[in-house]
Amino acid sequence: MSDVPKIRLRGVSKSFGSKIVLDRIDLDVAAGTSMVVIGGSGSGKSVLIKCILGLIEPDAGTIEIDGVDVLTQDRATRAAMRQRIGMLFQNGALFDSLAVWENVAFGLLAQKKCTRDAARPLADAVLAQVGLAATVGDLQPSELSGGMQKRVALARAIASTPEILFFDEPTTGLDPIMGAVIDGLIVDCVKRLGSTAIAITHDMISARRIGDRAAMLHKGRIVWEGQAGELMNTGNPMVDQFTHGSREGPIQMELRK
Amino acid sequence: MTALLDFIALLGRSLLGACASTGRLTVFAARGLSHIVRPPFYGRMFLRAFIEIGYFSLPVVALTAVFTGMVLALQSSTGLARFSADSAVASLVVLSVTRELGPVLAGLMVAGRVGAAIAAEIGTMRVTDQIDALSTLSTDPMKYLVAPRLLAGLVALPLLVVVADILGVLGGFIIATVKLGFNSGAYLTNTLNFVQTDDVVSGLAKAGVFGVLITLMGCYQGYNSKGGAQGVGAATTSAVVAASVLILAFDYVLTELFFAR
Repeated sequence: MSDVPKIRLRGVSKSFGSKIVLDRIDLDVAAGTSMVVIGGSGSGKSVLIKCILGLIEPDAGTIEIDGVDVLTQDRATRAAMRQRIGMLFQNGALFDSLAVWENVAFGLLAQKKCTRDAARPLADAVLAQVGLAATVGDLQPSELSGGMQKRVALARAIASTPEILFFDEPTTGLDPIMGAVIDGLIVDCVKRLGSTAIAITHDMISARRIGDRAAMLHKGRIVWEGQAGELMNTGNPMVDQFTHGSREGPIQMELRK
Repeated sequence: MTALLDFIALLGRSLLGACASTGRLTVFAARGLSHIVRPPFYGRMFLRAFIEIGYFSLPVVALTAVFTGMVLALQSSTGLARFSADSAVASLVVLSVTRELGPVLAGLMVAGRVGAAIAAEIGTMRVTDQIDALSTLSTDPMKYLVAPRLLAGLVALPLLVVVADILGVLGGFIIATVKLGFNSGAYLTNTLNFVQTDDVVSGLAKAGVFGVLITLMGCYQGYNSKGGAQGVGAATTSAVVAASVLILAFDYVLTELFFAR
């Protein structure tokens, strides 16, 4: 394995007005591993992923992928780099004006990796990888249950076999069994593709299933990083309070400002 | 003195805010329009928007045009009778419809129907992360969502106005011949003799501009919406109001441009 991390963040900061969302974040994710970022609502997890994806420009810091600072790249190079990344959004973000198979094949068609005629069988094959029948491809996203929408969104994220995968709250809103199914599919996909993954979640069971390593974000800073298997017993009072869901501890909920 | 300074500060802030908003809208419009001529092109998205704007707006535009032509004939007949100039009804109807009422009323109707729908659709895509998803799937949202709609507005509105012009004149013709006792042949001859190419072309040019304005405001408000369902609702309202006001403002500017000598 190369010494250069697949993803390296140094001093990444982002504020919206006077609110500091990310505060000098340093993070390394080794190639072929899965990093889970945990943290409370509003701790900056989604902003962190969007900064790496290039959907939000950080105010300061560097974001390197394979040792190349993506923030200094021109628009075309960055767009090409983005083709190497797949993203599963929290609510699926399926295009509701398109059929399921068109959603799955969207990236392939956009990247001109296949013709429209060839896209359908490819989409069916990817749907099969997430346990969905080809007949589902003809449905509209609004006709699917939450769990099936997540599977379709996962199929769309992996369809173009990306080197890097991001998962934003993959099990939120799902029942425990469907959550386990989605986690299992994520682990299978990441291993099969050999991808590097970052998942953000506040589902501790999901975090331990998906992650090799884990980090906790609190008030825009990484307060702990270690093995995902140690999450429930880190010795860090903040992480322990969060993972055990205790009311008492160093993290105080801001009910009203 | 303090109250006066506060008032001036308020005016200044409002002016700066208006300048910033105009700048953002101009940049958005320039980006959207530039993507119309730069590949890749999304023919399916254009066709979908064209059918939505052109075909599905036909009934409302047609009804508006017919009734407007009918009212024009009725009103102008009673007004012109005072000067014994009833014979000018045909020319007044055709000029009013082709130069002004056809494009403006069609524009306002389409703004209410299509501008709102575009803002709601793109706004919902924004708040459900679908626009971010497009970016992650190697697709520029400006190229995929905005440019096809702008082009569809530019092409569809003039075609709608051709229909509106014909039906507006027809409405006037029906009232003039059935109710006011005009000779049908003389009315049509008057209409055709009086209308000039410039009258029709200027109306169609206005329609093209209005088509871009309607789709631009729908896309801009939807693209920048935030805050869930309430934000999408606000974007929809803003799109319709802004497009309607811009149509009337640009109507004056274009009329000055075409006809002021």
